[in-house]
Amino acid sequence: MSRALTGPTKTARAAAVESSATIRTVRARLLRPAGRAVVYLLLIGGSAAYGFPFAWMIRSSLMSIDQFYDDPPPLFPTEPRWENYAEVWNTGPVLAWIINSSIVTFLGVVVLTFVSALVAFGFARTYYPLRDVLFILVISTMMLPGHVTIIPKVIIFRDVGWLDTLLPLTVPMIGGSAFFIFILRQFFRTIPRELDDAAEIDGASRLRVMFTIIFPLSKPALATVAVFSFITNWNDFFEPFIYLNTPERMTLAVGVRFFQAGLYDQPQLHLQMGISIIAVTPILVAFFFAQKQFIRGIALTGMKG
Amino acid sequence: MRRTEWQRWSGILFAVPWLLQFVFFIIIPFGGSFYLSLTDYRFRGAPRFIGLENYLDLFTDDSVFIRSIVNTIYYTVVHVPGVMIISFFIAILLNQNVRGMALFRTLFYLPSVTAGVATAMLWLVILQPNGLLNQGLGLVGIPGPRWLTSTAFAMPGLIIMSFWTVGTTMILYLAGLQGIPQHLYEAAAIDGAGHVRRMWHVTVPMMTPTIFLTLVLNIIGSFQVFIAALIVTSGGPANSTLFVLLYLYRKAFLTFQMGYASAIAWILFVIILIFTLMQFVIARRWVYYEYEEAE
Repeated sequence: MSRALTGPTKTARAAAVESSATIRTVRARLLRPAGRAVVYLLLIGGSAAYGFPFAWMIRSSLMSIDQFYDDPPPLFPTEPRWENYAEVWNTGPVLAWIINSSIVTFLGVVVLTFVSALVAFGFARTYYPLRDVLFILVISTMMLPGHVTIIPKVIIFRDVGWLDTLLPLTVPMIGGSAFFIFILRQFFRTIPRELDDAAEIDGASRLRVMFTIIFPLSKPALATVAVFSFITNWNDFFEPFIYLNTPERMTLAVGVRFFQAGLYDQPQLHLQMGISIIAVTPILVAFFFAQKQFIRGIALTGMKG
Repeated sequence: MRRTEWQRWSGILFAVPWLLQFVFFIIIPFGGSFYLSLTDYRFRGAPRFIGLENYLDLFTDDSVFIRSIVNTIYYTVVHVPGVMIISFFIAILLNQNVRGMALFRTLFYLPSVTAGVATAMLWLVILQPNGLLNQGLGLVGIPGPRWLTSTAFAMPGLIIMSFWTVGTTMILYLAGLQGIPQHLYEAAAIDGAGHVRRMWHVTVPMMTPTIFLTLVLNIIGSFQVFIAALIVTSGGPANSTLFVLLYLYRKAFLTFQMGYASAIAWILFVIILIFTLMQFVIARRWVYYEYEEAE
């Protein structure tokens, strides 16, 4: 404390009086030209390092396989082979993969989000004796690694004839996702209860309160969950990889692996890059349109699905 | 049921969809997997109960399994601190007040959104002997190793690859940094603290809850690394990147030793559980929760 009284210069003390001014002085340190140049340098260098591999992906998809082994390999192929994409399209059942991934992702966005919201509403707005125990159970399932349950699930799905179909990926969605239930329940609880009470006095049922008050007021949270669901379902690999075997029945993520391991004796890196670009493009598009929802979701909840 | 009883319990109806999923897709498979781990089940015929034999075999008679545990620990010990340090620096950089920040945040975050099979495939290309990484190293005069075919460099290759997808940790740090009240920095500045001391005495203590969260999440994640090894190295060369989960996959779905693989699943599960609980105990010594007493 004594340092605070004796140490600082007059200007610092004056700044401390007006806190808004102080924020400016603290910030100003970062905005000095030299400091700002360093910040920009690091930002540009770093983000180039993180962004450049995507350019490399495109570049690599337009080469011939021999060019991968040239020394040095071309920075960018002088004659980009756009026909590689036609080869990718004609070699694997790419359209079927896109359709399968779209089905799973669409249901993930619509069904998974809706059911999660329904269950979350129950935890946020109803009370019954075992409710909190149940909620703890929901949260604890988030900690359960998927690999522990995968083997019995394969056996169960085999016995009901679901292996090599999309059913093991889609049917469990009717129960919602623990992670989404958690996010939405936290959000619903921030909505003032007076709104529910007023509607209930007017004779609205609980479901009506949910559809006309809670859901409309929760659009940002629901959007965040829907975007999460889009990206995680589109990227999902481990379970589909294990359930799906027939090429035509695979999702796109599994199809990418199929290009690597199921089609050729020799690696066809250029075609593998082509199918990889087809696989990441919808994610990139979704992310650019919805990055606000996505980043807010992570920041609010502290984890990714 | 009387009307009051109905009112008391009707809320549970909202949980019914989740409960169905819990019973059929979580608790039955969870119990089933423990039971299978005590059998010699091979996907055909009936499981035969063999007690703890699978577990004994794994620890006393399966050097590949031990290798996979060692590999997983090696990966974790380098990957987790690396990701945390890199993310922390990027987050501090992204927390500066300069123009165009939205674009920079997007670029740093993009690899994490797309993380999966496709980007693993990309790294298979990047880590080729004359791939992007070695071209880059060549520019600064370092001859790059053969990342994918050398037992010494395959694991470092995968770890470098993992440093590309640090987005989730980075965003958590960024949110944490933005939650630190500005008046603490003002007070420290008035007390004469420079950049370094403000970082060490304000930023780091205030960030400990976030650091703890990311530590737990990253360790859990790194014990379950799978796609990178499957796509990029296939666990090789000479099992040098064979992780526990990849070994589990091979035993369960390539050789169909499902009882044996279930034992692997349970060992991995218990390791993750112990690690996580241990961290929560140790956390009391170093994590600072500002509002702990007020709550």
